[in-house]
Amino acid sequence: MNESSPAIAAPLARLVEEFYKLPGIGPKSAQRLAYYLLRMPPAEAQALAAAIIEVKERVIFCSACQNVTEEDPCRVCSDGSRDRTVICVVEEPLDILSIERTRAYGGLYHVLHGTISPMDGIGPEDLKIRELLERLRSDDIREVILATNPNLEGEATAMYLTRLIAPLGIKVTHLARGLPVGGDLEYADDVTLARALEGRQEVQQDNRDGASA
Amino acid sequence: MAVPRLYKTEAVIIRQRKFGEADRILTLLTPAFGKIEAKARGVRKTTSRMSGHLQPLNRCMIQLARGRMTDVIAGCETLESFHRLREDLDRLSESLYVAELVERMLPERVPNYPSYRLLLDTLRRLEQGDGREIALRYFEIRLLDQGGFRPELEQCVGCGKQIEAESHFFAPRAGGVTCPACAPDSGGARSLTLNGLKVLRQLQREPYNKNARLRLDAPLAQELERHLRSYVVCVLERDVNSAAFIDRLRRESQLTPAEV
Ligand SMILES: [Zn+2]
Ligand SMILES: [Zn+2]
Repeated sequence: MNESSPAIAAPLARLVEEFYKLPGIGPKSAQRLAYYLLRMPPAEAQALAAAIIEVKERVIFCSACQNVTEEDPCRVCSDGSRDRTVICVVEEPLDILSIERTRAYGGLYHVLHGTISPMDGIGPEDLKIRELLERLRSDDIREVILATNPNLEGEATAMYLTRLIAPLGIKVTHLARGLPVGGDLEYADDVTLARALEGRQEVQQDNRDGASA
Repeated sequence: MAVPRLYKTEAVIIRQRKFGEADRILTLLTPAFGKIEAKARGVRKTTSRMSGHLQPLNRCMIQLARGRMTDVIAGCETLESFHRLREDLDRLSESLYVAELVERMLPERVPNYPSYRLLLDTLRRLEQGDGREIALRYFEIRLLDQGGFRPELEQCVGCGKQIEAESHFFAPRAGGVTCPACAPDSGGARSLTLNGLKVLRQLQREPYNKNARLRLDAPLAQELERHLRSYVVCVLERDVNSAAFIDRLRRESQLTPAEV
């Protein structure tokens, strides 16, 4: 991208190039970041470089759940207070953070590191599916919760996993699909709306005593 | 300028890929403009109003704003969501194969209404579920035709002689059928049964409703799939990604989970 830019010093050009490879960074942002680093105090720049090296050297994948971790097994997998009979399957490590933030789940996880995407040539063999099946066979698992994203690839992945897991006699569940909080009914597409109807729940009458107390 | 900044079109979403933090680039097949690419901003956020509408294989009414590089989606409404295709992995994998062929075989911004019609009809046939095998083979033959890659099924592509109903070969790299004499020189020619030749000709000549009731036994179905797929791969000069997934599902449906 910069072979013909004599106006930019070679090391700086190299840095721009490296930033440009990152997801979500266009050529303009890559330049902005590079010039920002150039003006940064040396100590801060060194801290950043050290953090990058450390992440590559010290972060590994948990041999059980495949999440990124510093120690193997990871903190979730080695936490004795968690329900070891339920596994929640997610696409990416960041999804675990989102679910943990809700404090509504106390079981284990499994990270697939991607989704099946037939048109892109990404198949089951490119995901951590074999590792999941091994856990299901060797551990005493009662339920698998499929928490893939509610889009075409996420659903294809969930359907594929269901085919593999259901014959093992393990209960397979799926996150409820419905209306996003903060969304408007009038903008909902029909698939979402139909699923929200299917997944409707009985309304509990609110506790007036509790509310007024 | 004569071209309005905002325009509306019906479209089937045939492909999507992630772009930047929360955007997607969609490939659309439209009735009037052919295949176009458009950017959908912010659709990977759960708060996006459009993300549910802009799923692959949806037929939508889309409002676009002309951009310098790519047009940007300004609004969208689902017209047909093929939800029965999405809820069955076999049908879904077949539909993605159909979408991938359309995406790879048709050039950008060349109007092609017959292909739009063919795509919609094929998705509806796959969703209905009967005779999906025929629906797929019919789709391949027609799309090849519409894309300018019609396989020759009447005369030998080597010597030009009318093909006799006794011994014949299919040679994707040579563009169609050959007689036994020309087969060895036609690079990768494989034998084609008489029934195979008859069905291919009927698919090429007759409209779908004349073909819909065809029933193929397993060996014939496999033969036709193999010949047409090798022809498609030859035309595209590469493998069709989604075909590998169809093959895998078929293979695994015959295995126990322990063997996967
Ligand atoms: Zn772990
Ligand atoms: Zn010949």
